[in-house]
Amino acid sequence: MAETHSLQDLRQAAVASKVFVQRDYTSGTICKFQTKFPAELESRIDKQQFEETMQTLNNLYAEAEKLGGRSYLEGCLACLTAYTIFLCMETHYEKVLKKIAKYIQEQNEKIYAPLGLLLTDPIERGLRVVEITIFEDRSIGSR
Amino acid sequence: MMKNREYQQIDPQALATPTPTPPPRPLPDHKPKRARRKWEVFPGKNRFYCDGRIIVARQSGVLPLTLGLILLTSGLFFVFDCPFLVRHLTSCIPAIGGVLFVFVIISLFQTSFTDPGILPRATPEEAADIEKQIDNPTGSSSSYRPPPRTKEVIINQQVVKLKYCFTCKIFRPPRTSHCSLCDNCVERFDHHCPWVGNCVGKRNYRFFYTFIVSLSFLTAFIFGCVTTHLALRSQGGNGLVFALQASPARYPFIFDLVVCFFSVWSILGLSGFHTYLVAANLTTNEDIKGSWSGKSGNEDVGNPYSYNSMIKNCCSVLCGPMPPSLIDRRGFVPSDDSVQTSPVEIELPAAKNDINMCTHGTKGLLETASRSPLLTSSCPQAKPQAAPAVLEPLPEITPSPALEPPKIAGGRQSTNTSHKHHSHHRSKGKQASHHTHKTANSSPRPHHSHSSRRKDSKNRDPKFSSLR
Repeated sequence: MAETHSLQDLRQAAVASKVFVQRDYTSGTICKFQTKFPAELESRIDKQQFEETMQTLNNLYAEAEKLGGRSYLEGCLACLTAYTIFLCMETHYEKVLKKIAKYIQEQNEKIYAPLGLLLTDPIERGLRVVEITIFEDRSIGSR
Repeated sequence: MMKNREYQQIDPQALATPTPTPPPRPLPDHKPKRARRKWEVFPGKNRFYCDGRIIVARQSGVLPLTLGLILLTSGLFFVFDCPFLVRHLTSCIPAIGGVLFVFVIISLFQTSFTDPGILPRATPEEAADIEKQIDNPTGSSSSYRPPPRTKEVIINQQVVKLKYCFTCKIFRPPRTSHCSLCDNCVERFDHHCPWVGNCVGKRNYRFFYTFIVSLSFLTAFIFGCVTTHLALRSQGGNGLVFALQASPARYPFIFDLVVCFFSVWSILGLSGFHTYLVAANLTTNEDIKGSWSGKSGNEDVGNPYSYNSMIKNCCSVLCGPMPPSLIDRRGFVPSDDSVQTSPVEIELPAAKNDINMCTHGTKGLLETASRSPLLTSSCPQAKPQAAPAVLEPLPEITPSPALEPPKIAGGRQSTNTSHKHHSHHRSKGKQASHHTHKTANSSPRPHHSHSSRRKDSKNRDPKFSSLR
């Protein structure tokens, strides 16, 4: 209960600043975010926790973009139907994106909102950044 | 000018009436009667139909011509050749032709109407954050234009330079390029194809490839059928010329023959070229620039994105997972968070906006806090970036044609508002038109030499279209 209340409370809180976690291109063009812990969050959240969140996100995106039997099957089937199945069917990538959205919401409710932080789903920023909004500390109890 | 006058007119009212009732002028603007979809405030130069479901480039280019030629040639084939060939050969012929024709048309529409992989522009806070990161190390003053910004990253033991896009305010991901015709950064940018009236990028490359391959089959098939038809007719009579003269359908024959003859060579050549690109996991852009071909004595350069296996490259390019559209055309513009896309702020000068934010206490601390510290530095940038987002004409946009220096030579239609923010960033302008210049100046590839010499309109080679 306390968590859901704090997420709603955040809507009225004042935004102190925003931190942007950029993409990590060292593995090529796949969607992967840097796991380096930003300095601005040091006072707010545990480094371990943050890195775990980012790593899970990266793993989920890797799953979406994985080249495997399933994606090849989907691609070949689409090609044979002149790609018209994309109009009717939800692609594997979209399914994983929904999973990611759920995961981020869950993380926000359980971990980040009580600490006065809010993660924005990267898809809303064009998969460029993970935007973390830091709200003003309204004397929320320490963890 | 008009804006200043409006500002002065309203100001006394704002002072006269106390805070509870905001001035009537901004109120309808801040609370639009219906929620707008994101495609309506899209800053790039695209056009949208069917409430955002269909996206095309600003200039549809030669798409009507492409469509017309395909429909006309196929129509003549079905009407004049098929009956004869069905009688004398087999009825599979119209069936095969029909399947190919359907494939061609569907893949053409999908290439033209699909988002090629447009990257949405940075929000003002993101842009400010990046600016901070860039300016901090160098500590450059703002009195001179900063040099073009690049960032280096190591991909697969190769050094890849990421360039900063002044229009979109982001560091472009690898393989992303800014299309000056559409004024968007497109992921895995291949080229802008006027024949399909759209950019070819990550999301629609497979459609484009299907289109040119099926079109080569279709034109080759029609060419073969028409030739067979003429051959069969001339067997009975005194030869080809007599058969042509006697036939009531000689003009369709000639038309089909001529169109297909030229198309077969050029489209087959193009398909071959793109098959090579797919097998090597290259884009037309990279191939033309010679990014990975070891130019200027750099021997160790190789394509860092290739899987070094032709099959795996083909599979990943053509059968890989279909990435989603990042621009979310049909999403609604959030009414609270009007930082990114609301055109309302653009109609008011920045200072006036802050005043309204203060008078609108109920808008939420969320907005004021996000605006005041972060937007003061990014406002001058946000304005030129956001200005083209407004679909209604504004005085800020109208002077832009005068500002626009003729950067792109060589036959491309002049772009209007995109160069507004290119005018003070010449390097960016050069980069933006770099690929179009390159396509204009590059020498023809060996297996394109015959197609590049063809100056008639039948040539569908998109790379060299800028030569015309």
